[in-house]
Amino acid sequence: MIQINGLSHHYGLLPALNDINLSIPAGELHGLIGPDSAGKTTLIRLLCGLLPLQLGEVSVFALPVRTQFAVVRARVGYMPQRFSLYQDLTVEENLLFFARLFGVSKVQRTALMAELYAFSQLESFKDRKAGALSGGMKQKLALSCALIHRPELLLLDEPTYGVDPVSRQEFWQMLQRINGEGTTLVVSTPYMDEAELCQRVSLLHAGHILRTDTPSTLIGSWRKQVVAIRSPRLREVEQVVLNHPELESCQLFGNELHVVLPEGEAKRLLADVQAALAPYQATLQPIRPGMEDIFLSYMQMAAQNTGTVQHG
Amino acid sequence: MAERMVWCEHLQRRFGSFVAVKDLNLDIRQGEIFGFLGPNGAGKTTAIRMLCGLLQPSGGTGSVAGYDIFTQREQIKRQLGYMSQRFALYEDLSVRESVEFYGGIYGLDTALAVQRAINVLTEFGLDPNLKLLIKSLPVGYRQRLALACSLLHDPPLLVLDEPTSGVDPQARRAFWKVINRLADQGKTIIVTTHFMDEAEYCHRLLIMNFGVVVAQGRPSELKTAHRSQNMQQLFLQLVSGD
Repeated sequence: MIQINGLSHHYGLLPALNDINLSIPAGELHGLIGPDSAGKTTLIRLLCGLLPLQLGEVSVFALPVRTQFAVVRARVGYMPQRFSLYQDLTVEENLLFFARLFGVSKVQRTALMAELYAFSQLESFKDRKAGALSGGMKQKLALSCALIHRPELLLLDEPTYGVDPVSRQEFWQMLQRINGEGTTLVVSTPYMDEAELCQRVSLLHAGHILRTDTPSTLIGSWRKQVVAIRSPRLREVEQVVLNHPELESCQLFGNELHVVLPEGEAKRLLADVQAALAPYQATLQPIRPGMEDIFLSYMQMAAQNTGTVQHG
Repeated sequence: MAERMVWCEHLQRRFGSFVAVKDLNLDIRQGEIFGFLGPNGAGKTTAIRMLCGLLQPSGGTGSVAGYDIFTQREQIKRQLGYMSQRFALYEDLSVRESVEFYGGIYGLDTALAVQRAINVLTEFGLDPNLKLLIKSLPVGYRQRLALACSLLHDPPLLVLDEPTSGVDPQARRAFWKVINRLADQGKTIIVTTHFMDEAEYCHRLLIMNFGVVVAQGRPSELKTAHRSQNMQQLFLQLVSGD
């Protein structure tokens, strides 16, 4: 469905993407994760022909985007990062506008809109102005507009930005349904629980793809032990752990600390940490790492390799 | 007990026949990190706008930093710093121009504003390069710069509206380190978020739905009371009603 070879992109002197190679088969739900300015938005915009290609080649539906971007764009649904519908148009007017833009015939339009209304539960709001919708409903409308021409490929750039947990769950149920009906999806997200719902994810950092794999392989092949620590005095515990010279990383996860123990030394270090934390009523529990553990670990390694500290 | 910073009883706000906030009761102390959670449209923004002196309440009583929220709204505005991820900084300005702009709004001397910004940015672990354009900065940097701008007039209360929306896990943690440090220094912080792990970092929080507070307390108390494993589960349980 998507074939990317040797893709690089610069904004002036600023490199955004560096030698990206990626192949996404038809029917996949593919996640793009990485810190801000890793190149996720640039990659998505290049895929649908919204940015002119500089170096490298991209083909979508086996068509070269460089020469056939108009044909490709007509068959792709794209939901940009920030809400970009017309706030002064109603829900229905926005849908009609996008239907006409993509040349959907009147006959098809009626049936498609009925289908999208049922799917998004937006019908009772069809006369409401888009600007007056809640955050979750705005995203559902934007998704519906991106689907109005029945695209074979759907590109979504951080679609759940600023959306509450309930609406986020509903939104992902919609994405999984679209994917189940055969549509290929590429989604970028800063939420690692969403990354775990993708069939494969690509981890981006500073314009490079560090890894592409299924979430379960990424987690399974990461051979480090993670220990979750709980304590009523968690911030003191954090200081103790941070001062320990042999521990690779220590991150807050809500009301827990996740500490990564280096391979081979896990057993000894666990006993060591347990002893050091005795005065703090701490409980230590080895756990199966999640995508967020993996993400933070990769970002830390990448920062060490390039000698850059992204976020101070 | 620490000094009272935000207090209200039976606070409400109607828009015509629609009740956006119904019977809000708060007692937030100096140095607390207090979270406002709820789905979009639950009334969080209306509640916060009343507490910031931006919106006249329809009923109830309350005070912020000792000023009455009905009659002393102008004084309240001077006691707080406000930051939102949705709009924070003008992309075409440089770091220096942004600081001068915010300093000007708060009526600060330009040199003083710039010096304070340099101090705060250094404390946040950022290199204060004043010449860079905002649009060339990574989101994590921008976000901490926006926070620095909201602190220029040294307000006792900070109101952060979804400060980490669209921010990656690493940058979110760096931002919360800063929030914790500010609370340790005695700033009171009101924060809204859709990240449920961040809800755990609040000392206390409330969850709103349809204008009503459906839960309020310490994260650990709330989880125990509702038999939830984590905040995500608690939120889904209280808000979606299943």
